Amino acid sequence: MLSSRKISASLQGFRSSALYNDRKSKVFNSAKGFLLGLFRAVIIIGISYVILAPVIGIISNSFFSTQDSINPMVFTIPISPTLDRYAMAIKYMDYLPILGRTLLYTCGVTLLQLLICSMAGYGFARYNFPLKKLWFACIVVMIVVPLQTIQFPLYMTFRYFGIGSHVTNLHKTAWPTFILTAFGCGLKSGLYIYIFTQFFRGLPKEIEEAALVDGANSWYTYFRIMMPNASPAIITVAVFSIVWQYNDAFFANTFNMPSTLLITRKLDTLINVIANAERINSLRELQLYFDAGVVLVLIPVVAIYIILQRRFIEGVERSGIVG
Amino acid sequence: MNKAAGKKRFRLSYEQKNALRGYTFILPWLIGFLVFYIGCLVQLGQFSLLDIKIDAGTGVRQDIFVKFQNYIDAFTSHASFKQTLTSSIINMMIDLPMIIFFSLFVALLLNRKFKGRAVVRAIFFLPIILSSSAVGDAINRATQLMATGVASSTSEIAEAGSVSVSYYIQLFGDLALPESVLGYVVDAVNRIASIIKSSGVQIILFIAALQSIPGSLYEVAKIEGATGYETLWKVTIPMVMPHIITNTIYTVVDKFTTSDIVSLAADTYQKYNYGLSAVFSITSTLATCIILALIVYLLNKRTFYYN
Repeated sequence: MLSSRKISASLQGFRSSALYNDRKSKVFNSAKGFLLGLFRAVIIIGISYVILAPVIGIISNSFFSTQDSINPMVFTIPISPTLDRYAMAIKYMDYLPILGRTLLYTCGVTLLQLLICSMAGYGFARYNFPLKKLWFACIVVMIVVPLQTIQFPLYMTFRYFGIGSHVTNLHKTAWPTFILTAFGCGLKSGLYIYIFTQFFRGLPKEIEEAALVDGANSWYTYFRIMMPNASPAIITVAVFSIVWQYNDAFFANTFNMPSTLLITRKLDTLINVIANAERINSLRELQLYFDAGVVLVLIPVVAIYIILQRRFIEGVERSGIVG
Repeated sequence: MNKAAGKKRFRLSYEQKNALRGYTFILPWLIGFLVFYIGCLVQLGQFSLLDIKIDAGTGVRQDIFVKFQNYIDAFTSHASFKQTLTSSIINMMIDLPMIIFFSLFVALLLNRKFKGRAVVRAIFFLPIILSSSAVGDAINRATQLMATGVASSTSEIAEAGSVSVSYYIQLFGDLALPESVLGYVVDAVNRIASIIKSSGVQIILFIAALQSIPGSLYEVAKIEGATGYETLWKVTIPMVMPHIITNTIYTVVDKFTTSDIVSLAADTYQKYNYGLSAVFSITSTLATCIILALIVYLLNKRTFYYN
């Protein structure tokens, strides 16, 4: 195809490796390596700064006392740090009970996602059935046409949920999320099904054939043989699902979910609650309380992320997410 | 073995049993897809042709069939729809190549072995947590309001940057570069923070893609004497091309779900303009899908599939 170029390239390689050029190229190479390393370091540190700057700002602000916040000499590091902001934020957000409920909700939804999406993915990867191609195309449609498009019909469906005259209003509860997730229409379910399908396709078929010969039925094979082997895909989907569900504003807004259930909803009202209860007018001071609230809300997801991140990244690399 | 198969008198062939098993596995999703997803899409089509009034006290719904009046209203008399739609799409088109290039570039950087790679990776994927919905909104609000601290200094830097950018426009204006190209570069520089924030998942996908390239290809390139630059263009880029398509789809959908037009549709139905909101959703989704199909078609023609 490119034989002339290849030959010239290989000739070049030969020339550069020739004896008389050896020392010169060594110096040149080490200088080049150093410059490239420097270039890489500068870029990585720069981008990391852009990502971390707002986070650092919020964390440091949450420790500012009132004097620090008005003192123009104080930059990032407070002179007289205080934990008052956290005490107030915990008190007025009703932090621990609501966080517990939020985590319970998030983990419940995540478990459902894992079960339903892995089942669908297994079905698509391993069985042949009529219309399979059509249904798989529908998975892609689900990824491309997001839930945001059908936000209003979803709102109406669960506003008047039921058949005939038995209609209930499921708004302001967690039911819509659970129902949608249990039927594979949760937050980004299409993407998760796609990930699982690609992963199961990559596993060797021989394991299941052995199980079949040994008399295992399809459910036993799925639960006891395929799922334990699917841990990279499970970790990937679990991390995505936990993080996105915890941070989700779409279901929360569409179904008007109460702030007693979701800590992120509570965070939205924090400034007003503190302003009224403590009679604080200064916007700048209220901002400090809000920053403490943001840190408190972020702690659980960041903790989960830090615990799982190594396995998560390895999982993404091995789960065939890129198919 | 299989319940559905056992109930029937006649024996099913192995293929038929397999088909049934396959359907039992995808059944929950299939029901949900048909009932909720397709159901809601059909409803959306109906709503767009109706004028819906809901009595605030009793909650009784009244539908009036108005044909295409909502569509006509959206395109002729609504104050901000057309503008929001075009600006959302233009934003998407500007960000898309930047995000793809940036995430590929970062993936290439992070794929090498260097000290502290684990920490750097953890930092680069933080935006997946920070920039999504609820907390991301809160942080955006916080950075806008914040009067002290690091954020203010970054905004100062951004201001300084935009000043020098206009200086560079003057400088390069003499080079007879087309103004649109210059404008694009300037715009991209201004957007760098938002581009970094929205390319977390794309970086992950590209790293996974890079890991899946067989090492033997690089060995061959090395033996044939290819330089690093040649290896990049002749081996790496062709091998990640299919994943560029995946990433394009992900980016467009992601940009669409967070775009102004989606929030305009949400605002509209919260103001009880149900039909109009449905029209907004339909038109914006259709526009996005057409653009996406075009991009994927064009990319697909130039893509090399290894397997």
